[in-house]
Amino acid sequence: MEAHTETTRQAGRLLAGATGGRRRRGDQIFSNATVIAAVTVLAILAGVAVFLIIKSVPAITANPAELPQGKTLIDYIAPLAFGTVLAAAVAVVVAVPLAVAVALFISHIAPRRLALTLAYVVDLLAAIPSIVYGLWGIFVLGPAMVPILDWLAAHLGFIPFFAGPASVTGRTMLTAGIVLAVMILPIISAVAREVFSQAPRNLEEGALALGATRWEMIRMVVLPFGRSAVVSGSMLGLGRALGETMAVTIILSVSGIVSFNLISEQNPTPIAANIALNFPESSGVQVNALIASGLVLFGITLVVNMIARLIISRANKDTE
Amino acid sequence: MNRTPDENPAAAFDPVEPISPIGGPTVASGTLPRWFLPAVVAGSALVAVAILLAAGSFTIVVLLLLTAVIALPTAYIWSRIAEGRRQAMDRLATLAIGTAFGLALVPLVSLLYEVIKRGVARFDGSFFTESSRGVIGAGGGAEHAIVGTLVITGLATLIAVPIGIMAAIYLNEYGTGRLRKALTFFVDVMTGIPSIVAGLFAYALFAVFLGPGIRLGIIGSVALTVLMIPIVIRSAEEILKIVPDDLREAAYALGTPKWKVVARIVLPTALAGLVTGVMLAVARVIGETAPLLVTTGVIDSVNTDPLSGRMQNLAVYAYTEYKDPGVNVQAGYDKAWAAALTLLVLVMGLSLFARWVYRRFGTDLR
Repeated sequence: MEAHTETTRQAGRLLAGATGGRRRRGDQIFSNATVIAAVTVLAILAGVAVFLIIKSVPAITANPAELPQGKTLIDYIAPLAFGTVLAAAVAVVVAVPLAVAVALFISHIAPRRLALTLAYVVDLLAAIPSIVYGLWGIFVLGPAMVPILDWLAAHLGFIPFFAGPASVTGRTMLTAGIVLAVMILPIISAVAREVFSQAPRNLEEGALALGATRWEMIRMVVLPFGRSAVVSGSMLGLGRALGETMAVTIILSVSGIVSFNLISEQNPTPIAANIALNFPESSGVQVNALIASGLVLFGITLVVNMIARLIISRANKDTE
Repeated sequence: MNRTPDENPAAAFDPVEPISPIGGPTVASGTLPRWFLPAVVAGSALVAVAILLAAGSFTIVVLLLLTAVIALPTAYIWSRIAEGRRQAMDRLATLAIGTAFGLALVPLVSLLYEVIKRGVARFDGSFFTESSRGVIGAGGGAEHAIVGTLVITGLATLIAVPIGIMAAIYLNEYGTGRLRKALTFFVDVMTGIPSIVAGLFAYALFAVFLGPGIRLGIIGSVALTVLMIPIVIRSAEEILKIVPDDLREAAYALGTPKWKVVARIVLPTALAGLVTGVMLAVARVIGETAPLLVTTGVIDSVNTDPLSGRMQNLAVYAYTEYKDPGVNVQAGYDKAWAAALTLLVLVMGLSLFARWVYRRFGTDLR
């Protein structure tokens, strides 16, 4: 049901104009208040960009010798951006297949009565604060990962990602990526589930009536229908993983290098982790350099999120 | 004509169970009984238990993995022999998707278990009634952090809720044209702002006016506001959307001015949903660490004034107790876990309570 149609909207508008002065003033005040709120929200978003830029300028104009590590701003931020993208990429690669399976399980395989409860349980994963994930990652998952890392280094060491030497503490990119994957899984699966459950009933039933098994029906009807949802959900998850701070800050033993090695003790540093680790002790232009790196992070997530939203809105237009 | 299924003459001649189009058994489901997959899983689990007991090392995660490793090929081969290739593929896919779902729940179960197990050590009276002032080893508590969390989150809620709900009213009741389109799009974009960037923004905002190096409770509130507003708008908009037009039109027909329709008809109808949305938004930001780490600073004693001095909060407390556990490392870790448990209880409690409010007081609008 399309609630609050344009006709009702117009009726309200006409009435607001047609009645007496006192009423009109009440309407004026109230509608202006809502417009102010709307503009405030846009102003806040613009303000985020403006104030980050203002506070980044001293770092951009500063002499490289004053910046952290004595590098130019670009040389300082580039390896951090690499770390951010690598951690988020690992998370997305791990999370997407699982999230699609979770979404399919809830929308098409689990008994109807159970589906709502299961969806709620998966959503609980999204409610857990990231500091709790961080502590769990370093005290529980990290140590549990050590034998797996050893095995990867011994048997798959020829792949650059698993070149080793394997970490003995489990504080690696792979561990951080898995924790990030757990954190973004509910986001991806929520978007995918929503669309999977809207797959055209007549096509599903037609496929089954023609003798397709349930899996064949899913493969031929549901998955093609939900493809753009999986893509956009993954982009939203990617955006979340790029900006996620505490879990990577706690789990990674950072060293600021550029390396594709996912299982070693030496890891690239994501931007967010670098800020969280260094901001409390920084002063002067070093703070500005950190804010400039935050601005880069903001830019990256903004682009990723806008692409995701554009895909979603285009898909919505197609189905309407 | 009313027939019970028993009187249906066709039923007597129909040996096949009623065909449910989706989910349940269909004519294409093959010949193995419906309990085939559960039976295979149960059998595999028994075999896995036996293997692990024989090997002498028994952990639940390994047991689950081994069960999946045994069950997947068993189900496939058995079904392949009994039912054919396509049915076997169906069984395999069903089982694999179920396994992936189970795998996704392992971290949740493990996390809840570990947080409770490690958190209860210091989840005691003194944790909630003592601050960490002057404490360098064991003892002390998180009173200052709990107070800080409540003040910072409360203030953020006070700022974010009016703006968020008014903006949602704008979107749903008044908005037209480009401003409405822009707001819809950018609220979605705003949902994706990384929390640390929100913290940096709040810091930069106050640093521009009050000078660098500033740390106040209210800066943290502003950072959380940026994160809360899009969540409040989204949920409020959803709930306003399902208030039926009939109510609005009936009020208009009685000559009620529009602002009164919104304030006296629409908002009260949607109240439970709005409250639920706000509570979920609070639950979402109450455990934020990163934005507060860069805005409110770290302190050991109680501070209730967001406008002066540093302010501790639970999430940052958990982080600092982990990072600098002090002279007694285990005591520091215990306090970090107790703070994590407190946060978890707060967040889960808020989420469950919010849903209960909606179910108990929500007007059924569908």
